[in-house]
Amino acid sequence: MAILVIAEHDNSELKPATLNTVAAAAQMGGDLHVLVAGAGCQSVADAAAKIQGVSQVLLAEDACYEHQLAENISLLINELGKDYTHIVAAATTSAKNFMPRVAALLDVAQISEIIRVESADTFDRPIYAGNAIATVQSLDSIKVITVRTTGFDAAAAEGGSATVRAVSMLHNAATSAFVGAEIAKSDRPELTSAQVIISGGRGMGNGENFALIEKVADKLGAAVGASRAAVDAGFVPNDMQVGQTGKIVAPDLYIAVGISGAIQHLAGMKDSKVIVAINKDEEAPIFQVADYGLVADLFEAVPQLEQQL
Amino acid sequence: MKVLVTVKRVIDYNVKVRVKSDNSDVDLNNVKMAMNPFCEIAVEEAVRLKEAGIATEVVAVSLGSKVCQEQLRTALALGADRAILVESDEILESLTVAKLLQKVVDDEKPGLVIMGKQAIDTDNNQTGQMLGALTGFPQGAFASDVKVDGDKVQVIREVDGGLQTVSLTLPAIVTSDLRLNEPRYASLPNIMKAKKKPLDIKTPADLGVEVKSHTRLVKVSPPAERKAGIKVASVEALVDKLKNEAKVI
Ligand SMILES: Cc1cc2nc3c(=O)[nH]c(=O)nc-3n(C[C@H](O)[C@H](O)[C@H](O)COP(=O)(O)OP(=O)(O)OC[C@H]3O[C@@H](n4cnc5c(N)ncnc54)[C@H](O)[C@@H]3O)c2cc1C
Ligand SMILES: Nc1ncnc2c1ncn2[C@@H]1O[C@H](COP(=O)(O)O)[C@@H](O)[C@H]1O
Repeated sequence: MAILVIAEHDNSELKPATLNTVAAAAQMGGDLHVLVAGAGCQSVADAAAKIQGVSQVLLAEDACYEHQLAENISLLINELGKDYTHIVAAATTSAKNFMPRVAALLDVAQISEIIRVESADTFDRPIYAGNAIATVQSLDSIKVITVRTTGFDAAAAEGGSATVRAVSMLHNAATSAFVGAEIAKSDRPELTSAQVIISGGRGMGNGENFALIEKVADKLGAAVGASRAAVDAGFVPNDMQVGQTGKIVAPDLYIAVGISGAIQHLAGMKDSKVIVAINKDEEAPIFQVADYGLVADLFEAVPQLEQQL
Repeated sequence: MKVLVTVKRVIDYNVKVRVKSDNSDVDLNNVKMAMNPFCEIAVEEAVRLKEAGIATEVVAVSLGSKVCQEQLRTALALGADRAILVESDEILESLTVAKLLQKVVDDEKPGLVIMGKQAIDTDNNQTGQMLGALTGFPQGAFASDVKVDGDKVQVIREVDGGLQTVSLTLPAIVTSDLRLNEPRYASLPNIMKAKKKPLDIKTPADLGVEVKSHTRLVKVSPPAERKAGIKVASVEALVDKLKNEAKVI
């Protein structure tokens, strides 16, 4: 029996999240196959074939898979998935959209956002905003799983030589259509794979002031994140939100600026290796998780930080 | 068009839950319970569709034990017209909830089902999508904007890279993200009025759904605690620690 890993990609590039997912799947035991579903995505399949440990790549190309519409992709994976013990994908917004549909079509549970593989059928996952870790055993013959990528080191991107097999299954539900996308273009690393992140909260006061943080980010090669309050207030776009219901990150260094440290925010960053908090309120809960806390006005401290780097 | 909206009773989002000492589960004794915040947003959206003359009726549904009636009354006070409780004291996994909702959808024939994207207790983020698969309806998950236009609904979705817009053929399912709207508070007169609005109770057996377990909870553990750090006196001291102690820059 084999395990099917669903590749995360944008039709031209295989996303690093796939590597962490392959590493998690490898711990479940079994032959590893990767599905690349999209349009004009041969280059993604070629990249997937090089991942260490992968034995086969399935390539499903059609216009109806181009935008990863959940209605279509889920039907495809449902058909392919019956031959597998596990169907595994990274817990990105794309897979979170289609994987539960796959599970329901197969009449099995989805085990969401696992952070550890205990055995082939038992997994650890955070619940209640990470305030508890549940160990869950699947009783289903096919296990549908999403993986929190921060819980697993990446598999090697090179070294494998899987065969690429085209699958010609066409599933167009024709109930949904892609209209458009506003995807932020940035030269900075992606939040979910960055080694250093600096995030701003409501304390930043407005969107323009995020420039202070961006200057530090430039010096550190860091990604820029935000709290929900900063996103809700319109300082920065939604894709920058870190937290229980935003992005989950675990960089080597996380710098929280003007962020109080609500449990929902901590849920998204408390597994970072080193946490720095800059906040003018010494009672702010963020200091309870910070390795280094600086009680200071951010408008003085952040420019100083930039100068000293 | 009828709009169905789901309402889950969960721990209040301000409460920090604790794990029971025998590791069997989290301790929910005497903990404040509330409507799941994403469901509040879902209810608000449904009520706004009614106020805009697009929805003709808003039906709130909850699944769980008798006490879920509290959250349904809240939904009624916020503007839902009537409520349905699918009552069960058993653990209802997401797939079972989706199967029960599928039956409610069969009975009620809504044009739109609005749900929360995530329940803040299980953090599953899956029930709406599962209902989509079971009903065959398309879905706009993680919605930050919903526009009904004839037999279609256009949904702006919050995705990892930014925003994505999709057009769905009705009937469809929408799951709310945080930026969809800002929920109102229930006024006292509306809370009083809500007491008289109809609330039907059904059981899984009435709906012909078997409550089945697809998973077993082996144990629940507290997360690894971070050990308390230190306060530094200045930016210089901070940079020095990051360079020479933590060695991360
Ligand atoms: C269902 C739900 C989901 C949620 N999901 C998330 C999530 O995913 N991510 C998330 O972040 N939040 C989330 N939240 C919101 C969370 O509860 C908090 O409201 C939010 O994190 C607060 O953001 P903040 O720390 O920026 O703002 P605040 O709590 O207002 O804190 C601002 C901080 O800035 C400090 N400050 C102000 N001015 C200065 C200055 N000049 N210099 C230094 N410090 C200053 C203040 O002392 C304060 O500590 C969620 C909430 C709910 C209900
Ligand atoms: N027992 C329930 N009763 C009512 N709604 C529910 C229930 N379980 C899940 N839902 C709905 O499904 C959404 C997603 O839940 P989940 O998939 O568990 O994270 C919630 O925000 C609710 O709107």
